[in-house]
Amino acid sequence: MSSRSAISPSRRLRIERVPSPSRSATAVVSALSFVLALLCGGIILFLAGENPIQIYGSMFSGALGDWNGVAETLVKTTPLLLAGLGVAVAFRMQLWNIGAEGQLYLGAIFATGVALFLIPGAPGWVMVPIIVVASLLGGGLWGLIPGALRAWFGASEIITSLMLNYVAILFSEYLVHGPWRDPQAFGFPGTPSLPASAWLPNWGATRVHLGLFFGLIAALVLWVMLRRTRWGYEIGVMGENPRAALYAGMPTKRTIVLVMALSGALAGLAGMSEVAGIGHQLQRNLSPGYGYAAIIVAWLARLHPLGAVLVAFLLAALTVGGDQIQMSLGLPAAIAPMLQGTILFFLLGGDVLTRYRITRVPGT
Amino acid sequence: MLRRNLGVVLSVLFLIGGLATSFTSVTAQEATPAGEPFKVGFVYVSSVGDLGWTYAHDQGRIALEEAFPNIETGYQENVPENPADAERVIRQFAQDGYDLIFTTSFGYMDPTINVAADFPDTTFIHISGFKTAENVGTGFGKIEEPRFVSGQLAGAMTETNQIGYVAAFPIPEVIRGINAFTLGVREVNPEATVRVVWTNTWFNPQQERAAAEALLDSGADVIAQHQDTPGPQQAAEDRGVYGIGYNADMSPLAPNAVLTSAIWNWGPYYIDIAERVMNGTWESEQYWGGWQDGVVDMAPVADFVPEEIRTAIEEEVARFKSGEENIYTIFTGPIADQTGTVRVPEGQAMTDEELLSMDWFVEGVEGEIPS
Repeated sequence: MSSRSAISPSRRLRIERVPSPSRSATAVVSALSFVLALLCGGIILFLAGENPIQIYGSMFSGALGDWNGVAETLVKTTPLLLAGLGVAVAFRMQLWNIGAEGQLYLGAIFATGVALFLIPGAPGWVMVPIIVVASLLGGGLWGLIPGALRAWFGASEIITSLMLNYVAILFSEYLVHGPWRDPQAFGFPGTPSLPASAWLPNWGATRVHLGLFFGLIAALVLWVMLRRTRWGYEIGVMGENPRAALYAGMPTKRTIVLVMALSGALAGLAGMSEVAGIGHQLQRNLSPGYGYAAIIVAWLARLHPLGAVLVAFLLAALTVGGDQIQMSLGLPAAIAPMLQGTILFFLLGGDVLTRYRITRVPGT
Repeated sequence: MLRRNLGVVLSVLFLIGGLATSFTSVTAQEATPAGEPFKVGFVYVSSVGDLGWTYAHDQGRIALEEAFPNIETGYQENVPENPADAERVIRQFAQDGYDLIFTTSFGYMDPTINVAADFPDTTFIHISGFKTAENVGTGFGKIEEPRFVSGQLAGAMTETNQIGYVAAFPIPEVIRGINAFTLGVREVNPEATVRVVWTNTWFNPQQERAAAEALLDSGADVIAQHQDTPGPQQAAEDRGVYGIGYNADMSPLAPNAVLTSAIWNWGPYYIDIAERVMNGTWESEQYWGGWQDGVVDMAPVADFVPEEIRTAIEEEVARFKSGEENIYTIFTGPIADQTGTVRVPEGQAMTDEELLSMDWFVEGVEGEIPS
């Protein structure tokens, strides 16, 4: 059907697409890719005169070796998961939303504005639900714009959503340097602290906060929605076969707008959770690129909401563990991103192997 | 088929086993420290090879390590200024038993305060901020003093009377530096103006360079900067005009352009703090040292600067080093703002509070402070 041409006719081998890769094959290939990545990274480290086993051990113990490490990995998982879910739902419909970063900022801006200026005196049980809704609206609006431009004007959402990232980040810069700046801060950028009622509750003495719970709930809801509802089914059909969707009378334009808004809303929730759960103020550098890392999360999870939970955790562990390479071993900081890049490269490469297979053409 | 899967499973198990053993061997190594060194940690915003801000701090770290045989230092580069990452790294240092931790960028202020609350026996020094606690002090230097003198040099060397200034963020620290520089420029050359371009980044070599090129295109023939890298000076070198470096002596990177550099000299300060923390005499403080104290300095004036200008500048340097002149003499009225309104009356010096929250440009600066 959609098979590619043979590599070399004399050997009678060809690469063909696997219609629906089995779950166990997928898991095995992912695990193997991970092993190969560690081996390959280890060889590079060894050639550079380092001890790979010591480095891997140190990364592992930093990310998962004690409760503090696990907690910090979960802290880092939260925004990656929420934004990754947002990207995954859009990608399901083949809507290439590259704008999660900006949508995250808008969610943070809306939540901060509401908490600081609209209802600063509200008690926690009123405040938290309202800033959650505000962030969903903020991020949703920022996703809706490229969605609407795509649906009605055919504008590429890749470009428009990407461009809106810069608008959102600069708008946030404007607010923290200008009208929302804390008057007590000697002219330094950053809003005043949010009222304590807006701070998301923490899990014990760790920095793990309610945002992680939102992420897990969102993953479950999306999973059910995509699997069990008519809307979820339609999203898949419209993504993979727009023509069939059209003949079936599915409301493509409306769905594009809604899916982009949902995608943005989830990223917006990530922004709120960083502000209300971690920093407790809107400031510069809110996100070190969570919105872009979210694209990796979505792809590695194969756009599966529950897979996104695992992948976000893995990426977070790589980041948290990566700190250890320099801190406890005194090696250059560049080693961590090098290893992270190697691992991602192999995982994405392994993905190709599960979707395509090499078969022998029956002898002629 | 079954056999192949079994092989895969075995290799995965083997890997997990390998990881687990390596993990235990590492912790075993850490558990046997040789003696009890005093551990000092540094949290850096960029890489030690940036030849700018972080490089200057790392020189201080090396000086500290050389000064005391029982001091052991560790550092983490490229730590993002967002609260999630910064707090994690600072906390990890504290948890790993570091006795003294320097956090060297403004964005680490709140994370430092948060971590310090959980580690009362650890001392924290936050560079460039304003929040303190019982175990958190702040440290900074009056870089405006060498900036003022470097401004005089720029004012004497410019031919187009247009000087460009590549600046990171419109915060008081940067604004104060631009103002001190401009007051120096205008003292020797009242015709000259200083044009400011904001980059909105501390560390982005390409963007810093592009901003410098835009200033050069508009006619500037000296490029000063408040950034973390030598990008702007290298742009000046390529165009055959002058530059004033910052952070460290940038003349090796742009030998024909750099007239001088306003530089940080963190070593003596770090040594002093570590000594006081070790012998238990350190108390929380807000340190703001000047040229006289040695925490800031100016690199030697380039050989190609005419003799009489160099002599005049060196005499001015001596006045600052002796304390005869300082940041308060720089910011003594009359000083007018960009609209010509006198903001500091004749004979009156600005107070620390006014200086630390400065949010307006002096006359002679071309550019806007976004608000």
